[in-house]
Amino acid sequence: MCRLFAITSQDPLTPMVALEALNVMKEGHDGSGVGLYLSDLAGDFEPYKDYPILSGIFSNAGMKKLDDYMLARGFRPKFERAIRPAKPAPAGTPRRDVYLISVYDYPDDWKYLPKAEVRLRLMLTRVTLRQMGIEDGSMMVFSFWPDTIMLKEIGDPLEIADYIDLNDRNILARNILSQGRQNTNYAITLYACHPFFVQGVATMTNGENTAFVPIREFLMSRNFPGYVGYQSDSEVFAHILHYTYYNLGMGLEAYKHIITPLKDDELARHPETSRLRLLKHTCRPLIIDGPNCVIGFLPDQTLFMVHDSKKLRPGVIGGKPGIYCCSSEICGLDAAIPDRDRDEDFQPMKYDIVYVDKKRREIKKWNQWEPFTHPH
Amino acid sequence: MESMGTLHPSTLSTKDLHWRILWNKDTCTLCGRCTAVCPVQAIELGVHRKRTVNVPLGIKDSPATALSVYHGIDQRTDPAFACVGCAMCSMVCPNDAIVPVLNEDVDKQRFHINTGGIPRRRGGRRNAPGSFLDQIKFVRISMLTDPALDAGRHEFEMRTLLGRILPPEEALKFSRENGWIPPVREIYPLIVGSMSFGALSPTMWEGLQMGVAYLNEELGMPVRMCTGEGGCPPRLLRSRFLKYVILQIASGYFGWDEIIRAIPEMKEDPCAVEIKYGQGAKPGDGGLLMWYKVNSLIAKVRGVPAGVSLPSPPTHQTKYSIEESVAKMIQSMYMAWGFRVPVYPKISGTSTVLAVLNNLARNPIAAGLAIDGEDGGTGAAYNVSMDHMGHPIASNIRDAYLNLVKIGKQNEIPLFAGGGIGKNGNLGANAAALIMLGASGVQVGKYLMQAAAGCLGSESDRCNICNIGQCPKGITSQDPRLYRRLDPEHVAQRLVDVYLSFDTELKKVVAPLGRSTSLPIGMSDALGISDRNAAERLQIKYVV
Ligand code: SF4
Ligand code: SF4
Repeated sequence: MCRLFAITSQDPLTPMVALEALNVMKEGHDGSGVGLYLSDLAGDFEPYKDYPILSGIFSNAGMKKLDDYMLARGFRPKFERAIRPAKPAPAGTPRRDVYLISVYDYPDDWKYLPKAEVRLRLMLTRVTLRQMGIEDGSMMVFSFWPDTIMLKEIGDPLEIADYIDLNDRNILARNILSQGRQNTNYAITLYACHPFFVQGVATMTNGENTAFVPIREFLMSRNFPGYVGYQSDSEVFAHILHYTYYNLGMGLEAYKHIITPLKDDELARHPETSRLRLLKHTCRPLIIDGPNCVIGFLPDQTLFMVHDSKKLRPGVIGGKPGIYCCSSEICGLDAAIPDRDRDEDFQPMKYDIVYVDKKRREIKKWNQWEPFTHPH
Repeated sequence: MESMGTLHPSTLSTKDLHWRILWNKDTCTLCGRCTAVCPVQAIELGVHRKRTVNVPLGIKDSPATALSVYHGIDQRTDPAFACVGCAMCSMVCPNDAIVPVLNEDVDKQRFHINTGGIPRRRGGRRNAPGSFLDQIKFVRISMLTDPALDAGRHEFEMRTLLGRILPPEEALKFSRENGWIPPVREIYPLIVGSMSFGALSPTMWEGLQMGVAYLNEELGMPVRMCTGEGGCPPRLLRSRFLKYVILQIASGYFGWDEIIRAIPEMKEDPCAVEIKYGQGAKPGDGGLLMWYKVNSLIAKVRGVPAGVSLPSPPTHQTKYSIEESVAKMIQSMYMAWGFRVPVYPKISGTSTVLAVLNNLARNPIAAGLAIDGEDGGTGAAYNVSMDHMGHPIASNIRDAYLNLVKIGKQNEIPLFAGGGIGKNGNLGANAAALIMLGASGVQVGKYLMQAAAGCLGSESDRCNICNIGQCPKGITSQDPRLYRRLDPEHVAQRLVDVYLSFDTELKKVVAPLGRSTSLPIGMSDALGISDRNAAERLQIKYVV
């Protein structure tokens, strides 16, 4: 099963912290791939927080194609890190021309657009580029969003980091998701590699999702152009959260009730029966059938973790004020924050959702039997 | 056959019959039980003359003929009295002296059962033993990447929804604004399909109702039963058990006078109202209760005179177009219970299913669509309708589901599949296959008659005389001498057995697929079939 590690910290961190934690959990991933999501950036990208950042992998021809496309649409490059690896590629890692992280200034005519429209256009730009890249294999685009960087590659996490000198580059972040991949059903395509990202929502998951097909059908039939991909059955977790957050205007508590609703007879005993029943009925195709552990960030930078009832080996959350992490195994947490109070470690069970908000002062726990904390 | 002077074109020998009676002279004691029990008088006492030639030893006496008489059982060869293979004679014979056997040749009887210009009518099912649903396998087995579940010990939630489910955005908005939200029922996905009071005997109906009540109240399984077009006994209408009942309204509107009158006195709302536009066994035909079965009780419940045949029109006469049928009729039925009871149409399987569905999708309150495939059963119909009319259920359900997916309404209009589910005994597997093709649940009739009441009917044209009120098991007869054979308590108990075993079978299918938290509606990635064309047609895996 894939290994997951997420961290949120007051002080900027190098992504190596997360990759080293993955390395500790190495028994569980086969080095077939690594995925990184970084936000609340620091270092070289700190000054550009308000501008969209494009992350992806490009061939030289792809770079040209990208420049033509972005220029034609009025995006002006502000700053970029084009990593052209000089060392020999690790065994199994394909040779790429450029790992690109590029900051753009918005086109002039976007200035007075409503926020929702800007969000939509950014997402459409990413999806279009992704599509253009699939046609000739010249580009892979993982995210195009302010204050967000994503990296994905095939190979062992530490070897990849060394290969692209990740440690020596001044790329720092306060929020990090990282996944060490255990290749299972799908041929290794980077679009199947976690974390998954859509409009500021990022999640990664381990475990198989056996209800994948009906969930994918439901999402794809929402007519939202960002619900594409699905090379991995785990991508739906990000999209369900996105749907909950943007379309339903609800938060993590509703997300929990949507993906793992209470049983009918449990609902009958809940203080908010009718509201929850309505949610369960109307979102029925989004019920997951794991075992799954989902870890992710909301657009407001809240870190969360949630399980379904079949997750026999739950992930763990722990840390201390200022720094917290979620890890699929305790050894990952030990490696990252050894000096925490272990009694505060928490393994959420089937009714729980845990989260740490942007202030990073405490772990908040919420249980499905409690009322919603935010009115919706 | 006795010798006769002339042959009529329809003169048959026993060799020409579909079912032939084998009778053993040596073991028969001439008790007469078989001839008494035979529902169609296919056998009768025969008196036969027998000649024996006695050849004495020696030369003194010459050989001589001795004549004697013996008695036995004769099979009648008049097509009107042809044996139906029910084997009740075998059941009552104390000596196993008699048994019907299927003619290994193609019978000639079939060419003569239209005497007087009336084509054959019967009850039962399509005479086609094969089952397409049986060919579908469940191929996505969870093992290492995700653990398979223990069907015996894991918790499962195998419920489904009946009712119009709003898109989540709309539902939340309406709930915030205290708007009307259509009623939705959480029910068990195996529904007792529509079999009317009248088509079924009182003992059979009572047995089913008792079984359903037990399943709900003692076992916590929200099983629902549809009345079919025959109204509903007045006491049931006024009882708390009405909530387990789906009332059907069909083109004859039989029994609806009584139902409407009872509304002010109802303690509970019915589960739902099913508007029947068609039936899989006889598409394009209305319901039919032949006069044999319309006794005074049935006549009273249906609000008609006794002793007349009750053919319902093929369509709802007051409606001119589908728009009207759907919009007006659904709305009127909703209105009758103050918009608290879901109303959905049932149609027969047809290549035009998508047109119906699109219409329903545009209607904001239609609570689902039930589709009854060609293998559905009936109490009475023309043989030609049963054997040759209709559409298989699998591709109909699949097309309908995929079409709903295309327009994003797959969760809004639940589809229910009927027709041939469990026709070869594989109830759990067939139901699971249809659910994974996109059905929200299944409606079953014949299987329950067979398993819960011992119906003898089969797809090789056995029995199937439900139409004439002579049901040898008392299931579809209104003659007290026959329906007394059926003890409602036993029917109830067997119904409970069926549901419990179905529940286990369903879990034994979904557990290895790693599913437990919700019914795997549309989980087509789990399905495979070794027929490439079928796989392509249904968009499931081709496996060999
Ligand atoms: S099998 Fe049935 S129909 Fe045939 S002779 Fe026996 S009792 Fe009569
Ligand atoms: S046993 Fe009764 S219900 Fe069954 S086929 Fe015969 S007549 Fe019909």
